[in-house]
Amino acid sequence: MAFNTKNEGLNIESAPPILKKNKKKPFLFKLKKNKSLLIMTLPVIVFFFIFSYIPMPGIYLAFIRYNYNQGIFKSPFIGFENFRFLIQSGQLATITINTVLYNLAFILLGNCLQIFVAVLLNEVASARFKKITQTVMFLPYFISAVIVGLLAYNFLNYDYGFLNVMLKKLNLEPLAVYSTPSAWPFIIVLTNLWQGVGYGSIVYFAQITSIDSEIVEAAAIDGVNAFQRIRYIILPWLKPTFILLLLFSLGGVLKGNFGLFYNLVGNNSTLFKTTDIIETFVFRSLMINFNFSMSSAVSLYQSFFGCVLVLFCNWLVKKIEPDYSLF
Amino acid sequence: MAKNTIRLDTSSYFVRSFAYAFISLLAFACLIPFLLMIGTSFTNENVVRQYGFNLWPRKFDLLAYRLVFENPNLVIGSYAVTIIMTFFGTAIGLFLISMAGYALQRPDFDYRNTISFYIYFTTLFSGGLVPYYLLIVKVLGLKNNYLAVFLPLLMSPWLIILMKNFTKSIPFAITESAKIDGASDFLIFMKIILPMSKPALATVGLFLALSYWNEWYNSMLFLEANVKYRPLQLFLYNVVNKVEYIRNSAASSNIPPMDIPLETMKMATALVAIGPIMLVYPFIQKYFIRGITIGAVKG
Repeated sequence: MAFNTKNEGLNIESAPPILKKNKKKPFLFKLKKNKSLLIMTLPVIVFFFIFSYIPMPGIYLAFIRYNYNQGIFKSPFIGFENFRFLIQSGQLATITINTVLYNLAFILLGNCLQIFVAVLLNEVASARFKKITQTVMFLPYFISAVIVGLLAYNFLNYDYGFLNVMLKKLNLEPLAVYSTPSAWPFIIVLTNLWQGVGYGSIVYFAQITSIDSEIVEAAAIDGVNAFQRIRYIILPWLKPTFILLLLFSLGGVLKGNFGLFYNLVGNNSTLFKTTDIIETFVFRSLMINFNFSMSSAVSLYQSFFGCVLVLFCNWLVKKIEPDYSLF
Repeated sequence: MAKNTIRLDTSSYFVRSFAYAFISLLAFACLIPFLLMIGTSFTNENVVRQYGFNLWPRKFDLLAYRLVFENPNLVIGSYAVTIIMTFFGTAIGLFLISMAGYALQRPDFDYRNTISFYIYFTTLFSGGLVPYYLLIVKVLGLKNNYLAVFLPLLMSPWLIILMKNFTKSIPFAITESAKIDGASDFLIFMKIILPMSKPALATVGLFLALSYWNEWYNSMLFLEANVKYRPLQLFLYNVVNKVEYIRNSAASSNIPPMDIPLETMKMATALVAIGPIMLVYPFIQKYFIRGITIGAVKG
């Protein structure tokens, strides 16, 4: 994995000899030696400093009652008051549960479907069929969230939507999806599966093609049938990838896909009970209610626990497969 | 795997037939929403109002497209904004990302782990939306400035990691021998490394281009009020979500407001926004696939 400090940074043996000597030289000498490479990374350093590090102290907003006219430093400091309000009103619990449950559904169902598709793709003999279907399944990944929202509207719109067109043809009652909160978990999860199946199955399919063909041939000679081949050769081969991808995505269960939720649901408050996630709540608090402090408090809560989760998952990965841990 | 050498028994036959059937169905399900959008955009609005959206136009009608281009400045302006941003964003971003990616994988660069962590940490912890909003609006003063959309998309930690892993496969000995010949690090990057990493540049560049083309989030946050030409996705977002946008763009035509084909115009605008992606998609998707396989499995 990318930042394996332990293996890369201190492994002086593999580094060129110049490096060994410099380890003992003072800071300025080191700076001079690395000058040109430092300059090459400078734009990136400046970029992340401006867009990621400067906003970080802004978490202070979560502890004050921010007033746009008074500015950050003159607004009254109120400690954990914002958090207390969010917890007592039950809003924090609702959006946390929604975010986590949606993400768990995305991760578990998504990975299972992707593995299923990858395994089936591998059974397909025609290279052309494989290529065409892969290309088509990958297409939804390329469109913007705005278009995803519009495509969903094509299906679900009460008056003209394709779903109701079909229901009417079958002489069934049309569904008022946009005022039925209980329908939305299914819609959102389905949309997510639809958009991710091509992308994810490519990852797993690439893994399957790396299986040594001799193993498969030897198994075939021993009379292994297709189900056994899938069950005892292919699925075990995918298990490490599956577990790693699972653990890495579990680290992100507190991060929601704002574009998907906002373009599907928008500001339709009848649906918030089942569709409001942390990102949409933060967005509304800022852009519609202009409650800067409440928005910040939720972001800080999300960032803090998200960070803890990633560290925990990374610790788990390290226990299972040290080579793959992030740091 | 060498499938052809395996004799097909009944179970393989069954699995294979199932695979063809299931994948065909799934691929079709991935395609239906697009067909529905295309079909509707070419349908007469009254037919849509009566029968709803359909895959095949019952009554072919180009009025929606005529009205989308009735006020061509708006569409063309949006296209221009998005194309210019995509072009320069991809070029500049790609240059900066590949330069940093090369430096960060050099084993003789003492700060590579520190800087890598500095970049990675931004994915672990962030100040959240409000400080970011205040940074752009109050500190940098970029409200209603295209730079507020252009700059934040220039690079992402994930793309830098991807580029770094790509460049790692170029042997360090090449850099070393060039150094012995007296070449500077920047010259080595420009003359030797860049030409050798064309596949990597294609993949990372396409991810960048896609993120610019599909950008609507920053546009929605920072460009809403006073910008005449909105980036394409924001333009589409407004057409889809705000009826007055459609009425405005059809204002110069002689059609009474009640007869403006709202629904078909939404679809026509979407198709205009998505068109270029659909056209180049079959030719570029293999670079994405390569990027995903390298980025996701080897990390």
